[in-house]
Amino acid sequence: MKPLVVVGASLAGMSAVQSMRSGGYAGPVVVLDSSPEMPHDRPPLSKQVLAGEWDLDRAGLPMARNMSELDVDLRLGVSAVGLDPDSLQLSLSDGSTISAAGIVIATGSVPRQIPGEVPSGVFVLRTGADSLALRDELDRGPERVLVIGAGFIGAEVAATCRGRGLEVTMVEATEVPLQRVLPADLGSFVADLHRNNGVDVRLGVGLDSFLADASGAVRGVTLTDGCEIAAQVVLIGIGAVPEVSWLEDSGLALLPPQEGGGIRCDESLRAAPKVLAAGDCASWPNGSFNGERMRVEQWESALEQGTHAGKQMLFEIGAGEDPGAFSTVPWFWSDQYDAKIQMAGRADPGDEVHVVDGSVAEGRFVALFKRGDECRAALGVNRPRLAIRARMKLAETLAWDSMLELFDQ
Amino acid sequence: MKINVNYDLCEANAICMAVAPEVFEVRDDDNLYLLTDEPAEELRPKMEEAVRRCPKQALEIEG
Ligand SMILES: Cc1cc2nc3c(=O)[nH]c(=O)nc-3n(C[C@H](O)[C@H](O)[C@H](O)COP(=O)(O)OP(=O)(O)OC[C@H]3O[C@@H](n4cnc5c(N)ncnc54)[C@H](O)[C@@H]3O)c2cc1C
Ligand code: SF4
Repeated sequence: MKPLVVVGASLAGMSAVQSMRSGGYAGPVVVLDSSPEMPHDRPPLSKQVLAGEWDLDRAGLPMARNMSELDVDLRLGVSAVGLDPDSLQLSLSDGSTISAAGIVIATGSVPRQIPGEVPSGVFVLRTGADSLALRDELDRGPERVLVIGAGFIGAEVAATCRGRGLEVTMVEATEVPLQRVLPADLGSFVADLHRNNGVDVRLGVGLDSFLADASGAVRGVTLTDGCEIAAQVVLIGIGAVPEVSWLEDSGLALLPPQEGGGIRCDESLRAAPKVLAAGDCASWPNGSFNGERMRVEQWESALEQGTHAGKQMLFEIGAGEDPGAFSTVPWFWSDQYDAKIQMAGRADPGDEVHVVDGSVAEGRFVALFKRGDECRAALGVNRPRLAIRARMKLAETLAWDSMLELFDQ
Repeated sequence: MKINVNYDLCEANAICMAVAPEVFEVRDDDNLYLLTDEPAEELRPKMEEAVRRCPKQALEIEG
């Protein structure tokens, strides 16, 4: 019997496995992952693990706790290097091939790198090993940590380092943090949050070059405005790119970066018959947002997409019911200092911002993002109950008036 | 069936509330409250989903 093959053993991939098993599929399942160890749950890697509060072991994926029950042929350290959607054949890095009954692609994303050679002491953060390597350097008490990029991961690392009592400089090339996702006044909230917590925040400047000592260890950087900053540890947090390079010759449709990148799927997460994609690498028309094509790099979405892909796969092979189209209201959270930031939906820098509860000044608020007569997103800072209510409302309707009613009560 | 919350782990991000608002409620004081700690048996699938989704692994089903 040909197996169902899941490529990527992280959140989306393992959610797919769990959903195939709970959907009653008892046949063979092969799970591949390039990583030599079982992938960790990523959110704690920039928070509790980096802070030294948790051992890495505690950051296991929730669905990997009962691996033996899932009964999979798990092949770690093995990458998929090619896929033929017509014959459902996968070629692997160890030279072997697998003939599959169906394939779930869950290869996620990888940190965007700085081109060229970098000195030692310059890190990216994606895996458990990355988090431990960075943590070891922080344990040695560097005089200053430099964070390049004020996106969520950069911002969380900055906050965690401050929590450890380290000096931090954060450099961001755009004038306002998160410029691509947030309107300016809310982006400045993020900059102020870090400044108020003692981070030296520099906006509108980029990295020019690294400074290194004779042993090749980083000693600092030169910025595009000519400033030199001494730092013994540098974190690069300039975003992620979907890991779909191995699919370039597969014939599957891949989207260019300006269209969000990733694998082009239909509303059921199908890239081709019996070939599904889930998680950070998947782009699909989201029914909750009038069918707008989205690729989401967020925890809950990876879990939900993996779960859907598992059900959809059983339907494709005739072993389950049609789960229907996949739609979701993207949901993201980030912990920085004492701010619990939560965001539902998809904001655009051009949206009109309405603060409907609390105030930005007191650091407790809910902001809604309006486009035309629709509410497209809600951002809550230290307002979890209202943020989740807003998310539930968005799942029901995008209508601006109904969202406002929620806050008028 | 009983639901246990490990309040040392819970960060009150209300993800469980989105799954089962009839059981979990995060209030304005930013704490999670259980509206019942012995949910009816028909809520079991929802409770299992909440356990699975809780990013802090703070929930547990007993029995
Ligand atoms: C440090 C950090 C903190 C985060 N914090 C938050 C947060 O607070 N809130 C939030 O909502 N989201 C957060 N995220 C995002 C969230 O973790 C991701 O959206 C989620 O991990 C995506 O899961 P995935 O399974 O799609 O992909 P990934 O987790 O990227 O996993 C993909 C897997 O595929 C494997 N792989 C890749 N290519 C191949 C191949 N060719 N063959 C075989 N295997 C392959 C990789 O080794 C990897 O294990 C964070 C991410 C990071 C890195
Ligand atoms: S999902 Fe988990 S962490 Fe979040 S409120 Fe519920 S129990 Fe607490």
